[in-house]
Amino acid sequence: MNRREKEQYLRDYGILKAKGKPFFPYAVTKDGAMACVVLAVIITMSLVLGAGQGPKPNPTTTSYVPRPDWYFFFLFELLRVVKPDSLTQLATIGIPTLGMIALFLLPFYDRSPERRPEHRPIAMVTFVVVVGAMALLTYQGAHAGDPTTISLPTPQRIVKAGGATLAEYEAGKAVVAQSGCLACHKIGENGNGGPGPNLTRVATRLPAGAIARTLVNPTAPMPSFRNLPPNKFKAAVAFLNQLK
Amino acid sequence: MPRLPTPKLPAALQGPPPRPGEENGNVAPADAAKEAGITVVDWVDERTSLSGAARWLMFRKIPKGTNWYYTLGSATLFAFLSQAVTGVFLAMYYRPDAGGGAYESIRHITDQVFLGQFVRGMHLWGASVMVVLVFLHMARTFLFGAYKYPRELNWVIGVVLLILTLVMALTGYLLPFDQRAYWATVVANNITATGPLIGPYLGDFLRAGPEFGATTLSRFYSIHMLVVPGLIAALIGAHLYLVTKLGTTAPPWQKVETRPELNEAEV
Ligand code: HEC
Ligand code: HEM
Repeated sequence: MNRREKEQYLRDYGILKAKGKPFFPYAVTKDGAMACVVLAVIITMSLVLGAGQGPKPNPTTTSYVPRPDWYFFFLFELLRVVKPDSLTQLATIGIPTLGMIALFLLPFYDRSPERRPEHRPIAMVTFVVVVGAMALLTYQGAHAGDPTTISLPTPQRIVKAGGATLAEYEAGKAVVAQSGCLACHKIGENGNGGPGPNLTRVATRLPAGAIARTLVNPTAPMPSFRNLPPNKFKAAVAFLNQLK
Repeated sequence: MPRLPTPKLPAALQGPPPRPGEENGNVAPADAAKEAGITVVDWVDERTSLSGAARWLMFRKIPKGTNWYYTLGSATLFAFLSQAVTGVFLAMYYRPDAGGGAYESIRHITDQVFLGQFVRGMHLWGASVMVVLVFLHMARTFLFGAYKYPRELNWVIGVVLLILTLVMALTGYLLPFDQRAYWATVVANNITATGPLIGPYLGDFLRAGPEFGATTLSRFYSIHMLVVPGLIAALIGAHLYLVTKLGTTAPPWQKVETRPELNEAEV
C-alpha cells in the first residue's frame, strides 16, 4: 500500500466507524451470547465425553505406538506419509517452521490494499489448499488404525464355517498384528503403505505355500519369521491365506 | 407507612448541615447507596483517571456491518479464561511426580474429588475448543483482510498467540502421565531435538536431563501452568490494546457512502 492508499483506507474506515454503534452494549451483547455458547459446548463435551485415564506409563515397552492429540494428527500423518528417512526432518520440522514463517510475514509480503476475498485469488486459493490439506491429513491421521491391531472384519464365510477355522483365523490375525508386519505392510486400514506390498488381498496373488515360503525365506528387507512357534506360524499363514 | 422514630445520630457521625436550598435530610436508601457508589468511583477515578480508559474501551464505536464473525476473538479469550479457572482447580490436586504421584493424583481427581472428573473434562475439552476457536478467528481475520495496514502488528502478535496455544496443548498432554501421554511426549521431544540449530538444545532443555522422566514432568508442568499462560495473558493484553486503539475492521464488502456533509472533521 502506498501513502495515498493508506490515507484512503483510514478515511473510509473513519466514515464506517463514525456510522457504527458503540461497543457497549451492542458488541458486548453478541460477545456475551457467544461466551455462553462456548461455555455450553465445553460443559456438554465434558459431561458427554468425560475424561479418561490410560494405563500407567511403561518406559520399557517397545510395541506401544503413541498417538498425539487430534490437532496434531496432520503432523503425525505427514510423518507417516513422508517415507524416506532423509525427508522426515523436512516433514516434522521443516514444513511447520516454514508454515509459521509464512504466517508471520504475511502482512509484509501481501501488501495490496484489496480486502474483498473475491478480488484476492492467490490468497483464497492458498487458503483453500492449506485448509484442505490440513483437513485431509487430519482425517487420515485419525483413521490410521492402531499399528498393533488389525481392524479387518472377519469375512462372512469364515464366521459361517465357525469352529476350528474361525479360531485359527482369529489367532492368526492376532499373531500377524503383533509380529510387527504392520511396520512394513498395510492390511486393511492398518499398517504402513511401504516398503512391503499391501497384504489386504495377498491370497489372490499367492497360494498358501508361497506365503509360508515368504515368511521363512523372505527377500530383504523383510526379516524371516521362521522362529515363530509352529502353531502361531500355521495360524498366521491360515489368516493370510484368507485375505482375498 | 408510618416509620418508627429513629434516634438522632451523634454529632460526630452527622454530615455537614444541609446547605440552604437543598432538601434537608431524608434521602431514600437507594439514593444513598447510589450516592455512595458514585463517591467511591469518584474517589478511585480522582486517583487513577481510569474512567477515561473505561469509556475509551466500552464506548468506542464499532464500524457499520460488524457481524457475528467478530465474536470469534472474544470467544477465544473466553475459552482461555475457562482454561485458566479450571486449571487453577486442577492444580490444587495435581502432583507433578513422575514416580507415580502424577498418575495417582489424576486418578484421585477423576474418581474421588467432588466434580473432579467434570472439571478435568472441561479443561481437557476446553483445550480442543480453544484450538478450534483460535484457528477460526485466524481464518476470519485472514479472509477479511484484517491483517493489512494498519493492523500488521496485531496479526504478528496473533501468530505468537497461536504458537503459544499449541505449546499449551503439547505440554498439557504429558501431565496425566499415562502410557499415551508419556510416549506421545517422548516422540514430540525427539522430533524437537532433530530440529536445525537450536533443535538439540531445545530437546535437552525440555527433557531436562539425560533421561525422559521425573525432571521432564516438572519442567513441562511449570511451562504449562506458569510460563506460557503468563505470556499468553500478556500478549492478549497487547492484542486487545491494539484492537481498541485501531478499531476492528469493517467487513470488506461494506460500502462507504461518502456524503459531503460527513467530512473528516466529524470523524
Ligand atoms: C522390515 C519390513 C518388513 C516386515 C517387518 C515384514 N515384511 Fe513382508 N515384505 C517386506 C518387503 C519389502 C516385501 C517385498 C519383498 C519382495 O519384493 O520380494 C515383503 C513381502 C511379503 C510378502 C509377499 C507379498 C507379495 O505380494 O509378494 C508376504 C506374504 C509378506 N511380506 C508377509 C509378511 C508378514 C506376514 C510379516 C509379519 C509376520 C511381514 N511380512 C513382515 C517387508 C517386510
Ligand atoms: C489466544 C488467542 C487470541 C485471542 C484471545 C484473540 C482475541 C482477539 C479479539 C477479542 C479481537 C477483536 C476482534 C475480533 O474478535 O475479531 C481480535 C482481533 C484480531 N486478531 Fe486476535 N486473538 C487471538 C489470536 C489471534 C491469532 C492466532 C491471529 C492471527 C494470526 C489474530 C489476529 C487478529 C487480528 C488481525 C485482529 C484484528 C481484526 C480486525 O481488526 O478486524 N488473533 N483478537
